[in-house]
Amino acid sequence: MSTILSIAGRGIPVRGNDIDTDRIMPARYLKVVSFEGLEQHVFEDDRKTNRGPHPFGDMRYQDASVLVVNSNFGCGSSREHAPQGLARFGIKAMIGESFSEIFLGNCSVLGVPCFTADHATIDSLQSLIEHAPDTIVDANVETGVISAGPLRFQASMPTAVRDAFVQGKWDPTMMLLDKFDEVRGVAKHLPYVAGF
Amino acid sequence: MADTLFHKVWNAHKVRTLPSGQTQLFIGLHLIHEVTSPQAFDMIRQHGWKVAFPERTVATIDHIVPTSSQRRPFLDVMAEEMTVALERNCKEFGIKLYLPDALEQGIVHVIGPQLGLTQPGMTIACGDSHTSTHGAFGAIAMGIGTSQVRDVLASQCLAVEPLKVRRIVVDGQLASGVYAKDVILTIIRTLGVQGGVGYAYEYGGTTLDAMSMDERMTICNMSIEGGARAGYVNPDDTTFAYLKGRKFAPSGAAWDKAVTWWRSMASDKNANYDDVVTLNAPSIEPTVTWGINPGQSVGVGERIPSNADPEALAYMGFDANMPIRGTKIDVAFIGSCTNGRISDIEEAARIVKGHKVAKHVKALMVPGSREVAQEAERRGLHQVFIDAGFEWRGAGCSMCLAMNPDKLEGRQVCASSSNRNFKGRQGSPTGRTLLMSPAMVAAAAITGEVADVREMLEAVPA
Repeated sequence: MSTILSIAGRGIPVRGNDIDTDRIMPARYLKVVSFEGLEQHVFEDDRKTNRGPHPFGDMRYQDASVLVVNSNFGCGSSREHAPQGLARFGIKAMIGESFSEIFLGNCSVLGVPCFTADHATIDSLQSLIEHAPDTIVDANVETGVISAGPLRFQASMPTAVRDAFVQGKWDPTMMLLDKFDEVRGVAKHLPYVAGF
Repeated sequence: MADTLFHKVWNAHKVRTLPSGQTQLFIGLHLIHEVTSPQAFDMIRQHGWKVAFPERTVATIDHIVPTSSQRRPFLDVMAEEMTVALERNCKEFGIKLYLPDALEQGIVHVIGPQLGLTQPGMTIACGDSHTSTHGAFGAIAMGIGTSQVRDVLASQCLAVEPLKVRRIVVDGQLASGVYAKDVILTIIRTLGVQGGVGYAYEYGGTTLDAMSMDERMTICNMSIEGGARAGYVNPDDTTFAYLKGRKFAPSGAAWDKAVTWWRSMASDKNANYDDVVTLNAPSIEPTVTWGINPGQSVGVGERIPSNADPEALAYMGFDANMPIRGTKIDVAFIGSCTNGRISDIEEAARIVKGHKVAKHVKALMVPGSREVAQEAERRGLHQVFIDAGFEWRGAGCSMCLAMNPDKLEGRQVCASSSNRNFKGRQGSPTGRTLLMSPAMVAAAAITGEVADVREMLEAVPA
């Protein structure tokens, strides 16, 4: 599996705290048996119905690959359809104040690193992109350093998640299957598996 | 050494530390449904993997199932296709599946406990964020995404990182008309929708000790709305009494051994926590959300805060300082994995009995499982709702997330016993949700507006 060391691309800012996965991917688009085509429905209701202009409907950001968000992004439903839609839209990394636990786990398994930084830093990055959408945002997974135009700051990521990207071990299935005897060993010693 | 249930369960299920630094955690029970599993099975097939422990996965359909007629084939072509895909996948890999023709079918978080599949000391995963419900039994239960469903199918394990543990102590007696739903809405209002990120919530205190399993499930169910991926209550005699005699619960000599082990997994009295928060139960009011996340709530006697989030007010069409009581509703929905159990129906029926649903209100009563529906019907509770003008439906997730035909239209306002008031959650991109207890929904259905159920209960014998 490939290592993910850095991502560089144009940014797309989506402002607001507690943006839930129902908003990222409305439930009616979960009525599918594959993830194909979900990129068309990312933020569909926010784009079409609720709030007028939305970054995901704005031509200035159409080739963006780094999503910049505020706090608790991706809260609510565990639907992987939300990060799948974002990834298929072209998002390769996210930088935010914080991410919901389940969403972060889903992104990690898809090979989409999520960086965190404080409110003021995120706000200045969002403003920079809004004023100069052509700015290249460079996110270094190994060092956690984010550079964009005149901005340069240190972002964070849980160590285990960072190491998984850097070592190319972010898709866990093979690792989980690697020492299967140990799995059977743990199962055998669990009273409820053994029938008490 | 004194320890928490979280750490005891974690350590008992830890296989090893992965090269990435994450924990490889064995999953004791895997629950799947039609929405978040089809792609996972495709990935298994693409790689030529097997399902490692097919007997440790149980499947049902709940999200897309229609509740008016559950006859196959479903009228909705995609709903039928998803059901057929689940049938095919379960058959191919030897997984037990409960479809609507089986009495066991229902919302995955209602049937797990009901069948005795959910037990103390287990790790439980499901591709659904409300998996935290099962923590009510003293299990560590987490919602996962579809790629992780694939991982559990392939290896019965997850690659995860441990959580911190916050103990939330609720002490004292709840007033009449105040329920578990009001407790969890108050907890989320107090700690915020982000407060639990990075934590598992351990709920305890005399209020929790006195609660039934149905009530504890309501509390644990909404842990995720407070940002906590998992929430649990330590197992006790109430837990064991609930489990005894259930289909998949241990029996005979195994029962006593099980109880001994379950007791040993509970948090020790002097265990250390990363954080402790205390709430006073008698001060909790019937609680109603006014905004677009479950932390935006007030007591029914309060006004919407003066500093309320402008985005939420604009979406809801409400003003700051407005009383929530008296807000006109269009739809009343009782059901969901939060509040679709028999005790919820029972309590709502007490309010509804002898009344009529307000003329302008469409009212739905959707049992959480077929067994819940049958039990209610056996006791004649369904007739109470039908006589009042409620629609009595088949089991499923229904209008909690509106993946079936049960949807809000336009800007309708729904008094709902479900768990999320997100924008567009109930099927209309502009629809509005007010979360509250089932009894409060019943009161709103009858009066046609947000009402204080305590006043209606005064007239009802306990």
